[in-house]
Amino acid sequence: MRRSDLIPLAAALFCAVAAAADVEAAPARVVSLNVCTDQLAWLIGAPGQLVSVSPLAHDPRSAALAAEMADVPRNDASAEQVALMQPDLVLAGSYTARATVQMLIGLGYRVETFQPTRSLSDIRENITRMGVLLGRPARAAALVADFDARLATLSDAPETRPVVAYYLPFNETASGEGLTGDILHAAGMTTIAEALDLAPGETLPLERLVLAQPDMILVGAPYDSPAQATALLQHPALRATGKLHEIGPSAGWICGLPSTLDTVAEMRALRRSAQ
Amino acid sequence: MRPLPLAAALCALVLALLAASLSLGYAPIPLRALLGAGDPLHVMVMQQIRLPRAALAALVGAALGLSGAAMQGYLRNPLAEPGLIGVSGSAALGAVIALQTGLAAAFSLALPLMALVFAGGAVGLILLLAGPRGGSLTLILAGIAVSALAGALVSLALNLSSNPYATFEIVFWMMGSVADRSLEHLALAAPLIALGAALLLTTGRGLDALTLGEDAAQALGVSLGRLRLTLLLGTAAAVGAATAVAGAVGFVGLVVPHLLRPLCKARPARLLWASGLGGAAMVLAADLAVRLVLPDRDLKLGVVMAILGAPLFLHLIYRTRRGV
Repeated sequence: MRRSDLIPLAAALFCAVAAAADVEAAPARVVSLNVCTDQLAWLIGAPGQLVSVSPLAHDPRSAALAAEMADVPRNDASAEQVALMQPDLVLAGSYTARATVQMLIGLGYRVETFQPTRSLSDIRENITRMGVLLGRPARAAALVADFDARLATLSDAPETRPVVAYYLPFNETASGEGLTGDILHAAGMTTIAEALDLAPGETLPLERLVLAQPDMILVGAPYDSPAQATALLQHPALRATGKLHEIGPSAGWICGLPSTLDTVAEMRALRRSAQ
Repeated sequence: MRPLPLAAALCALVLALLAASLSLGYAPIPLRALLGAGDPLHVMVMQQIRLPRAALAALVGAALGLSGAAMQGYLRNPLAEPGLIGVSGSAALGAVIALQTGLAAAFSLALPLMALVFAGGAVGLILLLAGPRGGSLTLILAGIAVSALAGALVSLALNLSSNPYATFEIVFWMMGSVADRSLEHLALAAPLIALGAALLLTTGRGLDALTLGEDAAQALGVSLGRLRLTLLLGTAAAVGAATAVAGAVGFVGLVVPHLLRPLCKARPARLLWASGLGGAAMVLAADLAVRLVLPDRDLKLGVVMAILGAPLFLHLIYRTRRGV
């Protein structure tokens, strides 16, 4: 055997070993306790890798991928149930099921937590991190590349940014901070919270909203069963402004996912049709 | 105080508070916007947001004050009050059931009517248990039982809802609020409150006669059965409709008749209309206080009313206990 023949052989051997190590590092059974990690893991993981999703994963109001994840069994985010699933990796949000997460860590399970997505750029980072955790960096890199390409086509800076009040139950309104604010900014809008200089967490009473005369008032679709917090969004005074727009499902605003750009596209189209 | 000056003073107070309630907001809007004059935006805010709030506060207060005075007159017990004896709580349960079963969405009048039926059931139960003389102990104990059961069932119904926001409404049904109510709510409640108030006002002569005792009242030609039925229907309609749109506001029916009784020379008939007007003024004032103290926090009316009413309630119980 010539020495030059050894090089490809060694390379092949190295690749095989590396691949074996990679397979070993990739967790075979992943359990997710949070609706956002559910969807990221489902998107990035290999088929069958995600063995259980959180209780909200099958609710189309909370999860944009609810229909796709319908076959994945649901857990109730209790430590006992999760332990019985013998997971290699548990994914959780940094604020979800704290007691369960503490107990699972105490029992020696590998738990990775994700902070809530606060911006569109957080989405890229979360995709990359999830790719590493699940042993699927190539899949993650492809998703990030698609994300960047699509965001570039969607982002434009209009001459005037309309003032938008995304009105939420309990007289709350979307601020310029966080993922919601970032989505609205990317779509070429500015929020009423910025226009009125509202403090973080400050509510916006109905009368103040109407008197501020925003260019658009956005409300989510009504629930099937009534509650006053949501009935507020159907108040006749909002309709009387003539600026009311009912927007798509709330799921598009909750988690930072590649599909968050669908929400950006929807808002951009809405702004263009209104301007 | 003579009836005419008393009525004039109370009417002036209610009108002043109504004007104050309509004027308070996030922009100075002249009252003529109410009639549709001026900036269309101001007209809309005045007619669609401020008017329902002020009018409902006045109507709810009138319904509760009047019902309280009528029940106290009939049972001859100053502790009889719709909130304390569970009538408001039961009305809230009826309203929540109408909303959560979808009945109110299919037929909007179902909301106040269900509240009326449940309030009527509670009044009937209390009258049955307390008997014609209205013993304090029975009244309060029955009230505790009915209120607790109604409150628990309201919580249960709201917890079963598929809307995650429904649970937060428990506070509204137990404490009451007129914030962000619309003209639709006003249109639903106003006719039934007016009907209930009209029925209750007819009981004046009977209640006056009843102060002499049941035998004397019957000798004067008062039919106690009919009086009881009018009281039941009137209270159920007034409290039911008020609670269906504004939640259970407590203590109005207790505080207002107590404050006005000395001015009415303890004449139940006079106390009826005086308490109606006084109740309207009281709830309008409470709603103003709610908005002035914490404008952005949606404080409930029941909070203010309980702070005023609970000490008075304790005082009344203390006096009743000494009297026993």
